[in-house]
Amino acid sequence: MKFRTIKIAALSLVVAATAYNCSNEKMDNTYEIEGVDSVGNTIKGTYIQEDQMARPAVNTVFVSSGSKDAFNTTVPSNQGAAFQSMFQNNLLALNPGYTRNALGLDAATFTSVLATDVLTLSLDGTTTFFDGTNVLTGRALADDVITVELILIFGGPDALTGMPQNVGLIDDHVDGNDVAFSSSFPYLASPHLQ
Amino acid sequence: MKKSKILIGVAIVAIAGFIGIAADHIDAPAVQGGSSDITDFYAFQGSNTSNLVLVANVQGLLSPSATGSASFDENTLVEFNIDTNGDAVEDLVIQATARDGKMYFFGPTAPTQPGTSSTILTTASAQGSVDITPYGTDAIIATSGGMSFFSGPRDDPFFFDFAQYSAIIGGTATSFNDPGADTFAGTNVLSIVVEVPKSMVGGSGTINTWVESKRKQ
Repeated sequence: MKFRTIKIAALSLVVAATAYNCSNEKMDNTYEIEGVDSVGNTIKGTYIQEDQMARPAVNTVFVSSGSKDAFNTTVPSNQGAAFQSMFQNNLLALNPGYTRNALGLDAATFTSVLATDVLTLSLDGTTTFFDGTNVLTGRALADDVITVELILIFGGPDALTGMPQNVGLIDDHVDGNDVAFSSSFPYLASPHLQ
Repeated sequence: MKKSKILIGVAIVAIAGFIGIAADHIDAPAVQGGSSDITDFYAFQGSNTSNLVLVANVQGLLSPSATGSASFDENTLVEFNIDTNGDAVEDLVIQATARDGKMYFFGPTAPTQPGTSSTILTTASAQGSVDITPYGTDAIIATSGGMSFFSGPRDDPFFFDFAQYSAIIGGTATSFNDPGADTFAGTNVLSIVVEVPKSMVGGSGTINTWVESKRKQ
């Protein structure tokens, strides 16, 4: 029954995504902008938070369904206290056999790191989610972040030293983007054309 | 036997966890499918290694036929947050919001106050703007004060075998294929990209970064 609920939830999300593609609402342009100076007169006001992210898939994977909006509107400095225990419970629900992961982190430590959802970024060199040597020094476009996360959730303590657990679940075998990135600004590839 | 059942259960729950998904695409009820839904965040060293690049993607899962009419919501503020002293509270922000075909950028500069409520920092000494690149034309880039700016549709850089996850959920598979198939191949997003000198966001060491979307009240 639980699985059926999950399937329905999954289906509804797919439907939501499909429906979204059909509804590109034109926004009402009520602003008359002459330049940056006048912008200050048109964008005054208070803006309230709706979404937030740092590391990929954290909210999706570790936050329970009824708490996803709350997670998005909790400042990072309060997320650890508010969500670490939920993260730990959900990690152990995902992988009941979890002991430590390839970084040597037990469930409490791993979820403590994850629950404060900020992306650490090095100003001194290589910036990567994980490249075999550097861990969480940024996130580059080509980083295979899903596989890294699968390894850390399911692969066990020896996943990177030849003895992974749950071998069928630790790599989706999509190792890169469908089109090449640019080496110069803005780095992302041109959109797919009709 | 019981153990294998548990493992299959683990797989199904895992896949369900990722659905919707991807990196942050349609992650929560209040934002999914809307103009403030952040799909992804990237932060990396630029080709000029004195610079950092910050990328926020919104409104994911755009088919090519839907991309031309997709537009940034003028009531949404996208805010890059930068914590320079390790307390997970933003010390600097770079704000981006669209008006009338242009994306305006303010910062990096200290916010009036940290947290979930923001005002736009129009008096920031660091600021710039760039014409939003129309679908199907070459990328329009603007530079100002050592910073570079872009906004407009791009290929979604995210990659993941979502279809095989779905197959596992459907009970027709128990593991990934090798090779897998990128379900996000061929889809577009709306991107905001800013390149900033490291000297403007802490200089050296490690900083914490994240991105937020906020709606005008």
